[in-house]
Amino acid sequence: MEKKTIKVLLAKVGLDHQNKEIRLLARGLRDQGGMEVIYTGLYGTLEEIVQTAVQDKVHFVGLSVHNGSHRELFPRLKELLAAQKASHILVFGGGMIPEQHRQELKASGAVDEIFEPGTPVSKIIAWLNNNNLNL
Amino acid sequence: MKELGKKVLAGDIRAASRLIRNLEDQIPNTHIAMQEIFNNTGNAHVIGITGAPGAGKSTLTDEFIYAFRQKDKSVGVLAVDPTSPFTGGALLGDRIRMLRHAEDKKVFVRSLATRCSMGGLSKAVGEGIHVMDALGKEKIIVETCGVGQQEVEIINHAHTVIVVLVPGMGDEIQALKAGLMEVADIFVINKADRDGAGKLYKETLNMVHMSKGAAADNSWNIPVLLVESVLEPHKFAESVDAIREKVEEHYQYLVDNNLLVERMRRKTAAEINEALWGAILQPVLNNLEKDGEIEKMVEQVLKKEIDPYTLADQIASKYVK
Repeated sequence: MEKKTIKVLLAKVGLDHQNKEIRLLARGLRDQGGMEVIYTGLYGTLEEIVQTAVQDKVHFVGLSVHNGSHRELFPRLKELLAAQKASHILVFGGGMIPEQHRQELKASGAVDEIFEPGTPVSKIIAWLNNNNLNL
Repeated sequence: MKELGKKVLAGDIRAASRLIRNLEDQIPNTHIAMQEIFNNTGNAHVIGITGAPGAGKSTLTDEFIYAFRQKDKSVGVLAVDPTSPFTGGALLGDRIRMLRHAEDKKVFVRSLATRCSMGGLSKAVGEGIHVMDALGKEKIIVETCGVGQQEVEIINHAHTVIVVLVPGMGDEIQALKAGLMEVADIFVINKADRDGAGKLYKETLNMVHMSKGAAADNSWNIPVLLVESVLEPHKFAESVDAIREKVEEHYQYLVDNNLLVERMRRKTAAEINEALWGAILQPVLNNLEKDGEIEKMVEQVLKKEIDPYTLADQIASKYVK
């Protein structure tokens, strides 16, 4: 019997070490969502994240940004995924990102969804379940 | 789907990662791709790294990748972490230690969750090794999830098994027990700068000598190696390179003494078993699950209307002639 499990890569990149939230989310996706979560730790690069996403064949990449570089990171992440022919991997974000930037990033397609601080884990799980195309 | 195996043989990373996911998810007809690659497997040297949780397996694996890359070997890694028996979820954290190799084209790292299979490995490991092998990886490192005394499934897959020990896990009686301590081709005592490392080293050596006494003269001398000071990268790299040399030596020993084929025999028997299971039992289970029969059976047995053995007999008589 097929046992499809949603695989999610959670990442922080660059000089940004506020990781309490992303670790909480990892735990939540594992325990409440029954998902397989790959957390790549701190200080990685986008290139490393994308290679990991391809090799581990994840369905989603979640990027948490607390250092203000969200407007550079998200578009670049999408670019790198496309370069690896992995545009089917959906990108979601979180962290300290102003409302206006959230709207802009979503509108430009640089990210598929951005969750604001304080979003309950259940809402993120619901979004992942609803958007899993399983490609 | 049909071409997946051929793409893997051509070195396509994306095809390989898709194939491994299909294996994990047990997608029907994945065996077609496996049929395509099977004859091109059996060339790689498979190294197993096992030990208790937190013994330092991932950190050692990371350094191993580096050591092998210094010798220009291509490396595949299958890193296994546990699945929650309650929720089916898993946190795959081995990657954190290996991120520095992510961009190296000759390194392929794959995290696998156990998905509740026993023995400290995922069911997809055996086939995952074939995929990496077909991809042309020369050294394949399989890192088990943290294991206890009895999770020795790794011996069915690896040619060289490294057991990682750390000080402070119990007295010398532990070293005499069966299971994990028997499967090592190489012992590594990690965190050897900690209290109790000397004692552990002596006890392990003792145990190795005792088993050597009972074995044939030309049998492999199981080395016990110390690793310390992760905080001093050069020293750490040196001690891991010393292990790498022993690993190569062990492989040569297996080849010279015609023992490699013996190791493969174990795996092949297990593989036929698995394939039979997939071809015979799995379709039956699928049918039962599809019709919701399984739940009905559980209810019946719970109410003691029937026992599991009679039930199994009934099903068997329906399918097996």
